[in-house]
Amino acid sequence: MTTESLSQPLMQYDDHRQLAAVDFLWLFTVAGGGLFIGFNYHGYMNGYEQIILAGSSVTIGWGGLVWTALRRLLIVAVLFSLSAIYLYAGELTNARHFLLEYMLASQSAIMWMSFLFLLATGSYFLALYSRSAFTATVASALVWAATAMGLTGLLVRWYESYLIHPDVGHIPVSNLYEVFILFCVITALIYLHYERRYATRTLGGFVMLVITAAIGFLLWYTFERQAHEIQPLVPALKSYWMKIHVPANFIGYGCFSIAAMLGLTRLLKQRKPAARSILAQLPANDVIEDIMYKAIALGFAFFTIATILGSLWAAEAWGGYWSWDPKETWALIVWLNYAAWLHMHISKGWHGPAMAGWSIVGFLITLFAFLGVNMFLSGLHSYGEL
Amino acid sequence: MRLTLSRSVQFLSSMNLAITLLLVIAVASVIGTILRQNEPYQNYIIKFGPFWHDIYRRLGLYDIYSTPWFVLIMAFLVCSVSICLYRNTPKILASARNFQLHQRANHIQHLTHHARLDTQTGMDKLLFELQHWLKQQGYRVQSQATGEGMLVAAIRGEANRYGYLLTHVAVIIICIGGLLDSNFPLKLKTRTGQVQIETRDDIPLSAMDKRTILSKENPSFRASVSIPEGRRVNTAFINMGAGYVVQPLPFSIQVQDFRIEHYNNGQPKSFASDLRIVDKANATSLEQTILVNHPLNYRGYTIYQASFGDGGSVLKFSLFDLQSPTLQKTAAQLAVSETMRLPGDADALQLELTEFKKFNIFPDNDAATDKKFRDFGPSLTFKLRQADGTAREYLNYMYPVTIAGRDYLLSGVRESPQADYRYLHIPADDNGSAELFLRFLALLNDEVRLRPLLQRNSTMLIENTALPISPAEITNVLIRLVDLFRRQGFDGLKAHFSTASDAGISDAQDLQNASLKMLQFALQQSYLKVLEDSDLFTGELSAHEIQFLNDSIIALSSLHEYGTTYFIQLDDFEEIQATGLQISRSPGAKWVYLGFLLLTLGVFMLFYIPHQRLWFLLSGTDTGTHLLYGGSRTRHQADFGRYFANISHTIKQTFAAH
Ligand code: HEM
Repeated sequence: MTTESLSQPLMQYDDHRQLAAVDFLWLFTVAGGGLFIGFNYHGYMNGYEQIILAGSSVTIGWGGLVWTALRRLLIVAVLFSLSAIYLYAGELTNARHFLLEYMLASQSAIMWMSFLFLLATGSYFLALYSRSAFTATVASALVWAATAMGLTGLLVRWYESYLIHPDVGHIPVSNLYEVFILFCVITALIYLHYERRYATRTLGGFVMLVITAAIGFLLWYTFERQAHEIQPLVPALKSYWMKIHVPANFIGYGCFSIAAMLGLTRLLKQRKPAARSILAQLPANDVIEDIMYKAIALGFAFFTIATILGSLWAAEAWGGYWSWDPKETWALIVWLNYAAWLHMHISKGWHGPAMAGWSIVGFLITLFAFLGVNMFLSGLHSYGEL
Repeated sequence: MRLTLSRSVQFLSSMNLAITLLLVIAVASVIGTILRQNEPYQNYIIKFGPFWHDIYRRLGLYDIYSTPWFVLIMAFLVCSVSICLYRNTPKILASARNFQLHQRANHIQHLTHHARLDTQTGMDKLLFELQHWLKQQGYRVQSQATGEGMLVAAIRGEANRYGYLLTHVAVIIICIGGLLDSNFPLKLKTRTGQVQIETRDDIPLSAMDKRTILSKENPSFRASVSIPEGRRVNTAFINMGAGYVVQPLPFSIQVQDFRIEHYNNGQPKSFASDLRIVDKANATSLEQTILVNHPLNYRGYTIYQASFGDGGSVLKFSLFDLQSPTLQKTAAQLAVSETMRLPGDADALQLELTEFKKFNIFPDNDAATDKKFRDFGPSLTFKLRQADGTAREYLNYMYPVTIAGRDYLLSGVRESPQADYRYLHIPADDNGSAELFLRFLALLNDEVRLRPLLQRNSTMLIENTALPISPAEITNVLIRLVDLFRRQGFDGLKAHFSTASDAGISDAQDLQNASLKMLQFALQQSYLKVLEDSDLFTGELSAHEIQFLNDSIIALSSLHEYGTTYFIQLDDFEEIQATGLQISRSPGAKWVYLGFLLLTLGVFMLFYIPHQRLWFLLSGTDTGTHLLYGGSRTRHQADFGRYFANISHTIKQTFAAH
C-alpha cells in the first residue's frame, strides 16, 4: 500500500444517514437496558441518580447512532462485564475462576488494557516507519481492544466493590487509580473520534504517548503502592455529583492532553521534514492545528460543565459554591488559560508554533491542576493523595 | 474629553486587554493556592518572620481573593466583557439575521465552496421545491428576483451568534453574583472601622465590642460554629484572619446528637448531626438530621455538616502514685480540654486532658491471614506539664489489649508531637485491671515490708547457693538490687556491673549473673507475697502466673523511661461530642446558577451550532433551470467543505432527476 491510502477516508461519514433496522435494535436494547436497571434497582437510587441513569441511556443511545464503532465497543464491554458478573455469582472467592483470573476480573482486564495500549502505541509508530496502512489499521484495532478492556475493568470493578461489602460499593471514579483508567479510556475514545473524523492514523502514535505515560504511572501505582485495592468512600465523596463531575472533568483532561500532543507534532513539523522522515507522513500543519482547536474547544466545553458541576457539588458539601480551595482555583486557572487561547485563536486568528506551544503549556497547567494540587497543596479535596 | 472617553472604551473592549486580564487573573490566583489562606496570623509570623509577614499582610496575600486589588482586576474583566458586548451585540445580531440578498453570480462563483447544476425543472417549481427542502434542513429562507434570475438565500445556526451573547452575559452575571456573596464588603467595613475584629478566644458576647457583632439581617455570609451535643446556640463566627466576628442568627440551633458511623475497616463512613431549629419569630421548631452532602435549608440559611470534635466529654479516672509504698488510688473527674494540678507540692505536674476517643479501630495484625480490624476501645490522651512548661504526652487505653494471647494495659508516652508513642505494657490481672501489678510495685517500693520478707526467705537462697554469708547481709544486697532495678531497670544493673568490670574486678560477669539470679529471687518472693495477700495464691505458681511475673518484670524494668511517677487508669466516661456546622446565606447563588446555565448553553451553541449560509441563483434555460449555488460558514471552513460536498450530492440527486 502507498502512503496515500493512509489518509484515505477510513469510514463512511455518517451524520446524515438513514436509520436502519439495526439502529432501531440498538436503541431498543439501550432503552431496554436502562429501563431494566431503572425498574430493578430504583430502590437504590435517589431522584438525581435516576436522572443520571436516564441521561446516560440517552447519551449512549445517541452516541451509538452517530458512531457505530462506539456501539460495538459498548456491546463488547457490557457482554464481558456480564460474563464476569455471571462467573462471580455473587462471591468474591470465585475470582480464582480461570476466565476471571486471566481476563475478566477488573485487575486482569486493566492489565490487558495496559498491555494493549502499549502495543498500540508501538504499532502506530511501526506503521509510520514501515509506511504500512495495514499496521496502522491493526494499531487502531488495538486501541479499540484496549478501550474495551479498560471499560470492562471499570464496570467489573464497580461490581466487585459491592461484593466486598454493599457498604463499600461505589462507582470507580473515586481515587487516583480509578481516574487514571478512566483517563486512558476517555482519551483513547476522543482520539479514535478524531481519527475517524479526519481519516488519518498517522497521529496515533503521538497521541498515544500521553496514554503510555498514564499507563506507566498506573503500573507503578499498582505495583509500588498497591493502589488497586478497593477502598470505601470517605463521606465527602458520597454524592451523586461525583458520578457526573468526574467523567466530565476527564473528557476535558483527555481533550487537553490530545491537543498538547498535537501541539507537539506541530512543533516537530516546524522545520519542513525531509521526505523520508516519518514526520513527512503527518497531515498538513493546518489540519493538525484544526484538530488541536477542535480538541481544545471540546475540552473547554466539558471542562466548563465539570467545573460548574464541581461548584454545585461544593455548594452542597462544603457550604459554598466557590471556596477558592486550591483544586477549585486551579480548575479556574486552567479554564481561564484555555479561554485566553480560544480568544487568541478566534479573534486574533493566531496559529502556528506559538499556539502549538501554548497548548503544551496549557496541558502542563492542566496536569498540575490534576496531579500537582493533590501532591503539593492541601485543601478540601481529600481524594487522590499520593 | 470625548476622545479620551472613546479611547478608553476602545481600550477596555480590546481583545488584547481581555486576554491579558484572563491571564493576569490566572496568575494572581496561583498565589492563593500556594500560600495557605485565612490562617491565624501567628502561623504566618512563624513561617515568614515579622518583616515579610507585614508585607504580605499589607499586600492582602492572606485573603487574596477578597483583596481590593484582586477584586479590582475582576471588576476590570466585567467592564471589559460588558463594553465588548455592548459594542458587538448590535453588529452580531444584525449579521446573524441578515440574509445578504445582495449576492450576485459573481460573488457566488468566488466562494470556496460552490457548484452548478442544470435541471429540467421549471424555475417556479424548482424554487418551490428548493425552498421546501432547505426548510426541511433547518434553514431560514428568503428569496428575491434579481436581474440575473431568482436569488434564494438561506441561513442556519443563528444560535451560534446568540451563543456568543449568552457566554459573555453569563460571565458578567456570575461575577456579580459572586461579588454579592463574597466577604469583600465585610473586609471594607473592617477597614473603615465599622466592624471590629475580635482577637481574644473564649470570651462572652457581652464583653465584646458592639462592632464585633454583625447584624442579624446580614444578607450574605459564611460562618461556622462548633456545638457540643445537647447545647443550643444562636450565633456563629466568621473567621477574619487576625480573629473573628460574630454573626447572630435569627433562630437557634440545638444539637441533639452527633454520630459517626464506621466501615468495618474503621474508616469513617458517615457524620450525622440531629439538629433542632427553634425559631421564636415563627414560633416553630424543626427537627432534622444533616449529613455531609445533605445540608439543611431553612429560611434562606443553609446549615452544613462541616467538621466535628470533642465537646467536653467527662472522664472519670484513677490516679496511681507509682512510688507509693502502698496502693494509693485517687479518684478524679475532668472534662476534655480542662486541666488540673496533680496532688503534690507547689510545682506539681499539671494534667491537661487533650482528647478522648471512644473507638480505636486498627488493622489486626494477629489475624495475619485475613484483613480484619480490631477495636482497641476507648482511649484518653493527656499531657503532663512540668513547672518549667515542658510536657510529655500520654495515650492510655481504657481496656486491656490482647497481644499474643496475653492482656496488657497500654500506655504510650512521647516527648514531642512528632515522635511515635513508646508503650508501657502493664500486664492486666484477671479483673482486667492494673491493680495486681501496682500492688506488686507498691511492695517493692516499701522497704519496711520488703526487708523482713526477704530476710525470712533468705535462708532458702543461702541454702541454694551455698554462699558463706549471713541472712542480714544478703538481705541488704537484695534490697540494694531491688532499689537499683526499680530506679533504673535492667539497663541500670548492666551499667552498674559494666563499670565494675571496667574497674578491673575480674569476676564481674559472674557477679552480674549472680545478682540477676538474686534479683529474680527477690522479685519472685515479693510476687508470691502479693498473691498471698490477695488470697490468690494456690501453693504453686501456674504457667499463667509465671507469665504474669515475667511481664511485670519487663514492665518494671521500663518504668524508669515512663517519664512520670503517675499512672492514670480511665474508669468511666460520658462522651460528649461537638459537631462543627457551617451556616451560610448566599443571595448571589441564584444569579451564579443562572450564569452557569447560560454559560453552558452559550459555550455549546458557540462550538457546536455552526452559523452557515447558502445562496442559490436560479436562472431559466431552454430546457429548464440552471442552478448556481455556494455557501460559507463563519468558522471551520474544513468542516464546511465536507458538509457542502455532502449536500451537493443530495441536491444533485434530488433536483437533477426531474
Ligand atoms: C472569562 C471571560 C470570558 C470567557 C469565558 C469567554 C468565552 C468565550 C468563548 C468560549 C468564545 C468562543 C471561542 C470559540 O468559538 O472558539 C468567545 C469568543 C469571543 N469572545 Fe469571549 N470570553 C470571555 C471574555 C471576553 C472578553 C473580556 C471579551 C472582550 C474583549 C471577549 C470577546 C469575545 C469575542 C469578540 C469573541 C468572538 C465571538 C465570535 O465572533 O464568535 N470575551 N469567548
